[in-house]
Amino acid sequence: MTTAIRPAASDSWPVRWVLIVFAAVLATILFLLPLAAIVAEALRRGWEPALAAIVEEDSLSAMRLTLLVAAIAVPVNTIGGIAAAWAIAKCDFVGKRLLTTLIELPFSVSPVISGLVYVLLFGAQGYLGPWLQSHDIQIIFALPGLVLATIFVTFPFVARTLIPLMQEQGRDEEEAAVTLGATGWQTFRRVTLPNIKWALLAGILLCNARAMGEFGAVSVVSGHIRGQTNTMPLHIEILYNEYMFVGAFAVAALLALLGLLTLAIKTLLETLTDRRMGAHA
Amino acid sequence: MPGLGVSLGITAGWLTVIVLIPLATLALRPWELGFAGVVGALLEPRVLAAFRISFGGAIIAALVSIPIGILFAWVITRYRFPGRRAMDALLDLPFALPTAVAGLALTALFAPNGWLGAPIEQLTGWKVAYTPAGIVVALIYVALPFVVRTVEPVLRDLSLDAEEAAATLGATRLQTIRRVVMPTLLPATITGFALGFARAVGEYGSVIFIAGNMPMVSEIAPLLIVVKLEQFDYAAAAAIGLAMLLLSFMILLLLNMWQRRLRRGHE
Amino acid sequence: MTVEIEGVMRHFGTAVALDSISLTLQQGEFAALLGPSGSGKTTLLRILAGLDFPDAGSVRIAGTDVAAVPARLRGVGVVFQHYALFRHMTVAENVAFGLRVRPRRHRPDNAEIDRRVQRLLELVQIPELAARYPQQVSGGQRQRVALARALAIEPQLLLLDEPFGALDALVRKDVRRWVRSLHDQLGITSILVTHDQEEAMEMADRVVVMDRGRIQQIGTPRALLDAPANPFVAGFVGDATRLEGQIRDGRLHFDGLPIDPIAAPGADGPVAIFVRRSDVVIERSGAASEGFHVALVRPSNDATHVVIRHGAIMLDGVLAETAAAVKRGDQCRVRIRRCAVFGATGDIIAVERARALVDRD
Repeated sequence: MTTAIRPAASDSWPVRWVLIVFAAVLATILFLLPLAAIVAEALRRGWEPALAAIVEEDSLSAMRLTLLVAAIAVPVNTIGGIAAAWAIAKCDFVGKRLLTTLIELPFSVSPVISGLVYVLLFGAQGYLGPWLQSHDIQIIFALPGLVLATIFVTFPFVARTLIPLMQEQGRDEEEAAVTLGATGWQTFRRVTLPNIKWALLAGILLCNARAMGEFGAVSVVSGHIRGQTNTMPLHIEILYNEYMFVGAFAVAALLALLGLLTLAIKTLLETLTDRRMGAHA
Repeated sequence: MPGLGVSLGITAGWLTVIVLIPLATLALRPWELGFAGVVGALLEPRVLAAFRISFGGAIIAALVSIPIGILFAWVITRYRFPGRRAMDALLDLPFALPTAVAGLALTALFAPNGWLGAPIEQLTGWKVAYTPAGIVVALIYVALPFVVRTVEPVLRDLSLDAEEAAATLGATRLQTIRRVVMPTLLPATITGFALGFARAVGEYGSVIFIAGNMPMVSEIAPLLIVVKLEQFDYAAAAAIGLAMLLLSFMILLLLNMWQRRLRRGHE
Repeated sequence: MTVEIEGVMRHFGTAVALDSISLTLQQGEFAALLGPSGSGKTTLLRILAGLDFPDAGSVRIAGTDVAAVPARLRGVGVVFQHYALFRHMTVAENVAFGLRVRPRRHRPDNAEIDRRVQRLLELVQIPELAARYPQQVSGGQRQRVALARALAIEPQLLLLDEPFGALDALVRKDVRRWVRSLHDQLGITSILVTHDQEEAMEMADRVVVMDRGRIQQIGTPRALLDAPANPFVAGFVGDATRLEGQIRDGRLHFDGLPIDPIAAPGADGPVAIFVRRSDVVIERSGAASEGFHVALVRPSNDATHVVIRHGAIMLDGVLAETAAAVKRGDQCRVRIRRCAVFGATGDIIAVERARALVDRD
């Protein structure tokens, strides 16, 4: 929280209001109008076609697939992220900077490339393709490929949210726990976890939002088989390309709702932790 | 601290299987074309055009994001007004909104018959959707939050004392901002630019709906990778992917070096 | 329970944090590690707690080499510098923690844990705070919680890392005395890490003075004051001013100061001289000459503290008991009752008792 603005360092009210109004207009154009446009397009012909597009069989199976992919990818990245954050924030070892950089790496890799690397590895002409084919294992154009690509893309979220917080909290409490006889696991569960739980939840939410909304990476590995390897974002694309605009925007509105919900909970969590922090100071 | 072995083991396994081995294939695959083949594949006019569009678009979008991002960061950290929290939360929307949804929404908005597309075309004669301008709009959308969120904490921490000190020394408000506030923000601005650029250069979902995807005109590099994969030209796809990664890492490295020089100057 | 530290070395990169540290503590002793920041005292404490490990040398606690014993099995109680209380647990939960994390077969039942926590909170005189959270109690109370928490595991060795640093001056004095009396009551071998020499001198049976990773001197507070082993100890312990001088022909000359040479043994050469305030006795002198004059006067209960100056050199002293009052700007003369003198190699040459009145006229 910022402190109250004091006169010498504040701007005159015309400047202040011009800037605020300008920012509000920009925020409206960039963030609110697009959301409104989605809803307007989805409801162009009223509620019924929009709802029909959502409960249609292919849409439902896309939702199920999206949920399934996220249900696998998010826990994997949560465990990995917690482990990485613990090692980086609470322990000393050589190569910490390198590890931090590598964990952030997927954020600077194009989603399309994230999908591409798995095609290169597991695709029909990939390095492991022939072997997989002879053993009748399908990874690309199937669930495992979707899951892998999603894990890659959402890899850093949890670690990234936790590392700065855990570094800031320092190691004092953990060291105290250890001198009092706690094992590593007890220290984590009883001392560290209660201190990071809200941030962890925020990280998981962001990870989940991205996992459910990922488009580029899964697009490359999916094969777009309707009813089988189509996640919700891919389903939107197919509907759009087939000029079924109401359906495309209806499903998009549903996904937008997921994004908004994520944002709302995250904001709430931040407010909560801010209050807590305030109580500590 | 106990648990180093376990946590490092999990981290290393996770990292190796999911990120490192797959990325290694990207580095290996192009060379089955031979060096000349790789160079040839990358020098194809359509590939060069796609690189120009992706990198040019990302740089323009990240540059445009700087003043807008600083404006947003300034307004939400320095002023109290109704709706401030809502604006603060909305700035994260591009992080949370699925890219395909964002792409679709921007397309609807800027299409020739869209709420913004129609008036813009009427007033200026410019088309936004289905042109390179549309690509830049989509990339600004994804890059902007990175600038806001890296500049914001610095602005929040920048004590008003420094500004007050400048005022007592006789500086006008504008001089204070130019000479005291802006230099402090520069390193964070560079970081924000770098993050926004890195995200924008590889962006796919929010771009392909609005881009029009005309080869040589509005086709981005990631789309070209998809096209090559659909033609089962794995090696060329890998070559384009590798070149994209190396080029963007080089740019990020340069930005990082510049930023470190600045940081050192501050200490 | 004894602590034997032998030849302990610790490097951080190229920096030497601990350089051949050897130290033995007796059962029930209260020792203080005293030194400026960066002297290695906290590193040594962390090594004893098992939070850090030496590159060479050995540590034996109660006769057992603890090199391979992890922190959680050492049974060493630590009161951390900023207390490191668990912020999401109540005071009682904090104190109970060490008992609750024991393996099931060694863990007392809940009723017994509650009883022991209650007893400990009574011991540290805060039973009424059991249900509060750490951020709801004062600094001094947090300190007591931290102490009770460390005592809960019935430690054979208690380590206190700058435990009074975060307290304000008034509370600090009380808590200090109370902790020392608690030690006398419980008899647990204790080590206090501090940079505050007054604290170390008041609380410890023996003080270990450290600087730059080395032990400079080990001794009782009295011994450190009476016979500092080197210039560092002389300067760090007991408020001494350092002056430069020379020994020539068996006499000590003060460089650039109007103080007459005094007899001193030792080889000729430059020396460092340390004088304590209480050993610099000041009297007003009538003559307006190029002697000392009074820069500051501060009355206090025991004596009037006077800061005098000559050129750029300032010297702390006390007004002679029989002397008339002085004010800023007065000319004055000085008698050095006693000083410690160190040769160029840092060896002590003499702690000189100068009986003669030394003055300008």
